[in-house]
Amino acid sequence: MANNVHGHGSSSASLNAPVLAPGHDFETITEAVAQIPLAKRTPIGWVLGFMGAFGLFMMLQAALGKLVMTGVGIWGNNVPVGWAFDIINFVWWIGIGHAGTLISAILLLFKQQWRMSISRFAEAMTIFAVACAAIFPLFHTGRPWLAAYWLFPYPNTMGLWPQFRSPLIWDVFAVTTYATVSIVFWYVGMVPDLATMRDRAVSMTKKRVYGVLSLGWRGSARHWHRYEVASLILAGLSTPLVLSVHTVVSFDFAVSVLPGWHATIFPPYFVAGAIYAGFAMVLTLAIPLRVAYKLEDFITMRHIDNMAKVMLATGMMVAYGYAMEAFYGWYSSNPYEQFMIWNRMTGPYAWSYWMLIAINAGMIQFLWFQKVRANLKLLFVMSLFVSVGMWLERFVILVTTLHRDFVPGSWGMYYPTQWDFMTFVGTIGLFLTLFFLFMRFVPMISMFEVRTLLPQAKVKSEHGHGH
Amino acid sequence: MYGVMAEFDSVQALVDASKQAVTAGYTVMEAYSPIPIEELNDIIHKKRTKLSRFVLMGGLSGMAAGFTLQYWASVIEYPMNIGGRPYATWPAFVVPSYELTILFSALTAAIGMFALNGLPQPYHPVFNVERFSMASSDKFFLVIETTDPRFDHGATTRFLSDQGAKGVYDVAA
Repeated sequence: MANNVHGHGSSSASLNAPVLAPGHDFETITEAVAQIPLAKRTPIGWVLGFMGAFGLFMMLQAALGKLVMTGVGIWGNNVPVGWAFDIINFVWWIGIGHAGTLISAILLLFKQQWRMSISRFAEAMTIFAVACAAIFPLFHTGRPWLAAYWLFPYPNTMGLWPQFRSPLIWDVFAVTTYATVSIVFWYVGMVPDLATMRDRAVSMTKKRVYGVLSLGWRGSARHWHRYEVASLILAGLSTPLVLSVHTVVSFDFAVSVLPGWHATIFPPYFVAGAIYAGFAMVLTLAIPLRVAYKLEDFITMRHIDNMAKVMLATGMMVAYGYAMEAFYGWYSSNPYEQFMIWNRMTGPYAWSYWMLIAINAGMIQFLWFQKVRANLKLLFVMSLFVSVGMWLERFVILVTTLHRDFVPGSWGMYYPTQWDFMTFVGTIGLFLTLFFLFMRFVPMISMFEVRTLLPQAKVKSEHGHGH
Repeated sequence: MYGVMAEFDSVQALVDASKQAVTAGYTVMEAYSPIPIEELNDIIHKKRTKLSRFVLMGGLSGMAAGFTLQYWASVIEYPMNIGGRPYATWPAFVVPSYELTILFSALTAAIGMFALNGLPQPYHPVFNVERFSMASSDKFFLVIETTDPRFDHGATTRFLSDQGAKGVYDVAA
C-alpha cells in the first residue's frame, strides 16, 4: 500500500516522491482523513498517549496552583537573574508556533502545494504552542488575575494605563493578535472540512456538533469564491504578522541596554530561530503521526525532505547569528560586550553554549545528505535535538547576560527549582493533551485542499489544452 | 419548491453544464462542489467579491484605533513627565498600531466572508435532497432555482438530464 509508493529510504526516493501518493480520488482522500475523527472506537494507543499527556498537564496545574498559593518565590529566578525559565520557555513555545503560520500562510502565498496536507496540524501546533507560551509571562506576574489591567488598556477605576513605550506591552499586542489571527485562520480553513464531517457523521451528536461548527457551509460557487479571497487575504496578513511577532519578542531583549541583548541582529535572528525550532516540532509530530494514522500517502517523503531542508536553511541562519554575536562581541571594543561573549564561551554556563553550538551549528550539517533526510528515525531524533538546542539558545541568551552584569559584586548563579521544571514539563503535557484532542476530533489534513491536487480537480481551458 | 438539482460526477461535467445553462438563458442558479473551482464563479455570477475593500477599511480603522488609543492614554489622559521626554512618542506607538491593523483586517476578512456568504445559516433547501450530502465529498451539483424567469419544471429537468447529469432531483423549499 502506502509503503510501495515511496521507497524505503533509498537516496532518490524522497526527491521523486509526490506530494500526494498516486491512486487516490476524491472519495479515498475524504475517507482516509474523515474516518479518523468519526471512528467509534478510540485507538488504544491514543488512550495511553492521552493519559500520559494529561498526567503531565495535571502536574502543570499542581505547579501553577502552588505558585498562586505561595508566590513567584518558588521559582529559581531571583536577582541577578530575574528572568529565567519563564521567559526562556515563553520564547521557546512562541518560536515553535511560527512554523505553523509559515506553512499555512507564507507557503500559500508562494503556491507551494506540499503545504496543503501538513498545514492543518501545523496550525493546530501553532495555537497550542501559543497557549503554552502565554502561561509563562502570565504566571510570572504572580497574580495573573490582576494581569488584565497591567497588560490590557481598558478603562479601570484606578485610571491607570499600560506603558505603551515598553516592548513588553508591544509583546502583549503582538502575541494576542497572533493567537487571535491564528485561531481565526485555522477555523476558517476548517469550515469546508467540518461540513464534510457533518455530512459523513452517522451519530446524531456528531452530526449536530459538526453541523453547528460548519455554520451551514454548502460549497456553492459564490461561497468558494469569497472563501478563496478571504483565505488569500488571511495568508497575506499572517505573513507580516508572524514576522512581526518574533521581532517584537526579540525587542524584549534588544530594546534593553544589556550586553548580549542590545543587538540589531536580534529580530531576523529570532525569526529564523523560530522557524527552525518550529519545523523541528512539525517533524517531531509528523513522523510518528503519519505512521500511527497511516497517512503516508498524504504526508509523503517529499514533505519530510522539504521540512528537513527548511530546517537546514534556517538552522544555518541561526548559526550565522551565533557567529555575528561572537564577532560583534569582540569587534565592539566594549569591555562589557567582550566580557559577556567570553563569559558565555568559558564561564560557568559554557556547557550550555557549546551544546547549543554542537546542535544548531554542528549536528544540522548532516541534513545536507539525502540519506539522512530520508532516514525517518534519525530525522526524528535530530528534530528532538533541535528542540533542545533552541531551548538552550534562549537559556544562554537569558542567563549568561544576566548572571554577570556590569558590577562583579552583583554577580550570581541561577539554579532552576523543581517547580520550574514541573511547570516547563507540564506545558509540554498541556501541548500534547490539546494535540491528542485535536487528533481525535478534528480532520487532521485539509481534505478539500488535498482534493485540489488531483488531476480531475482541474478544468480544461477554453482552447482545449489543460493547464 | 426551491428548484431542480442535477448531480454530476466530475468537475468538468459541472463546469460544462453551468456554461450550457448560462448559454440557454438561465440566470438564477448555483453550483455546489467539494472543492473550490475558480471558473464557476466567473461563469455563473460574473461579479467578484467586495471583500478586499472591506478588509482595507477594517485595517485602516484598526491602525487609527491603535494609534488614537495610545496617543490619548499617553498624551491626554495620563501624561507622565519622565526626564522631560516628549509625550507624543510616536515611534513607540508603531508596534501596537501595526498589530491592531492586522488584527482588525483579519477579523474583517473572516467575519466579512461569513457575513457575505450568509453564514451561519441553519437551514437551506438544498439539504433537503438526500444525495446532496455527497456535495462535500465527491459529487458536484447544479441547482436551477424556481425564481429564474425561464424556469419550467418539465423543461428545466429535461435540460439538466441532457447535460449528462447522473440524477436530477426536485428541491423542496
